[in-house]
Amino acid sequence: MKTLLILGGGTGGTMVANKMSAALDPQEWRVVVVDKDENHYYQPGFLFIPFGIYSPSDVVKPKRNFLPPSVEMIFSDIERIEPDQNRVRLAGNRSIHYDYLVIATGSFIRPEQLPGLMDGGWRRNIFDFYTPEGAAALARHLKFWKGGRLVLNVAEMPIKCPVAPLEFLFLADWFFKQRGMRDKVEITFVTPLPGAFTKPRASSILGNMLEDRGIRLETEYSIMEVDNARQVIRSYDEREIPYDLFITIPTNMGAEVIAASGMGDELNFVPVNKNTMQSLKWENVWLIGDASNAPASKAGSVAHFMLEVVVENILRHMEGLEPLPKFDGHANCFIESGNDKGVLIDFNYDVEPLPGMFPLPGFGPFSLLKESPANHWGKMMFKWVYWNVLLKGGEMPFESQMSMAGKWK
Amino acid sequence: MLADLTAIAFNEEGFMTDPSQWTKEIAEVLAKQEGLETLTPEHWKIIDFCRQAGLASGKSPTLRQITTGTGISTKDLFALFPKGPAKKVAKIAGLGKPEGCV
Ligand SMILES: Cc1cc2nc3c(=O)[nH]c(=O)nc-3n(C[C@H](O)[C@H](O)[C@H](O)COP(=O)(O)OP(=O)(O)OC[C@H]3O[C@@H](n4cnc5c(N)ncnc54)[C@H](O)[C@@H]3O)c2cc1C
Repeated sequence: MKTLLILGGGTGGTMVANKMSAALDPQEWRVVVVDKDENHYYQPGFLFIPFGIYSPSDVVKPKRNFLPPSVEMIFSDIERIEPDQNRVRLAGNRSIHYDYLVIATGSFIRPEQLPGLMDGGWRRNIFDFYTPEGAAALARHLKFWKGGRLVLNVAEMPIKCPVAPLEFLFLADWFFKQRGMRDKVEITFVTPLPGAFTKPRASSILGNMLEDRGIRLETEYSIMEVDNARQVIRSYDEREIPYDLFITIPTNMGAEVIAASGMGDELNFVPVNKNTMQSLKWENVWLIGDASNAPASKAGSVAHFMLEVVVENILRHMEGLEPLPKFDGHANCFIESGNDKGVLIDFNYDVEPLPGMFPLPGFGPFSLLKESPANHWGKMMFKWVYWNVLLKGGEMPFESQMSMAGKWK
Repeated sequence: MLADLTAIAFNEEGFMTDPSQWTKEIAEVLAKQEGLETLTPEHWKIIDFCRQAGLASGKSPTLRQITTGTGISTKDLFALFPKGPAKKVAKIAGLGKPEGCV
């Protein structure tokens, strides 16, 4: 028996397990998934928890439900990967040998990286919404908050779901408007980027959407520390910004086990060929999702677009064929903009998000880089699609490679 | 004598577009334009690292890559290259503008 071992049973690992177990001969291969957490979280749903739109129980289901019975699921901490020995060490002196390895250990916030962030104010007047606990604590806080200065900061790029901070701001603006207290809240977005978003066209359009909502923008801000005694944040170039409520997107890093195994870059992301998704160092090691250092957005939709390429390339490699450089960095994100509207962006390594219409057979068209009710509907529908279609590696009405159809240059 | 920049190609934001045209003399002039009168050995340590990393990867290194790669703290980096160090070093090292990622 040969072993395909998948580390991480989140979005990417679950999809690969479903696809590969269907493609491989069960007489010849066993497919094993290891994850320490029995819960599968629908992370895009975390965004809606602070505003009471979803509750924490809306975004969690057992991991096992999304894997076929033929896949062996082990719940254990992964302690070390030893790629030169084709071996992975788990908690309790257990180890597994593999023939092929897929790393899908994701990316996580690291609040301890920012001095002062966790000193006193953490989950009192300082919150994250990238964890279920953080999002739920923030929901409790916002329920009774009387208003004041809300400051949202992205500590460092890259972060997973780079549009989530903007969505949070749009939803916050709408939330306070609905409660009749928008005039009591001053909202400021503090970012290390030169504008609202990473790419120029989208940055200017999304920047205008912030301006329309009276949300202030502070750019090129490298945060140095949080001083919660005085309720200010300070940057390395000595800009001080006061807050009453501080929302943080801390530094995002790959899993600790990547560092422990000496396999990562300075942020614990694993170097990968950005077009084939094969490890740059070990030919039987493959990457999917947020764990790699591919310069693509860290998003579930992106993991989905990587899927077909990873699966095809592993199967090709098993046949002794060269991997195909088919992953183009395709990302497709609905941006919730409040008032039951949304914006859609679609882009890849070479083409920045452009305005236009996104033709989606059976569902679309969705307008690109423009607010519309259909885009909000698309965003809300994504939860159902995620649990019922995407995780199972089912057919989606999307091509893995980006298309220029409908885009205005 | 300052190096002559007339033959050097720049983009509209003042970043060199051809890193192979770069010389140490050019870096001295670019540094002056960025408000740095003299480049100390500390400055050079960072510039040299960014040249190496930038040419190897085709991209200007991020702040964290510079601090990890040189062992110089972010605070000291801001003291040596005030305001945006990653951008400033990239300019002086004749590399492209650091991308804000994705
Ligand atoms: C607030 C928020 C909003 C988002 N919105 C969107 C959106 O609108 N659209 C979109 O497409 N994406 C969105 N995303 C991003 C999306 O959720 C992630 O990109 C996606 O889940 C990544 O999948 P993955 O498989 O790489 O990692 P994950 O799904 O995070 O899975 C990683 C798994 O590895 C396991 N693991 C890690 N280390 C170990 C270890 N040492 N031992 C055992 N197990 C381990 C973890 O337990 C986890 O189950 C959002 C994310 C957040 C936080």
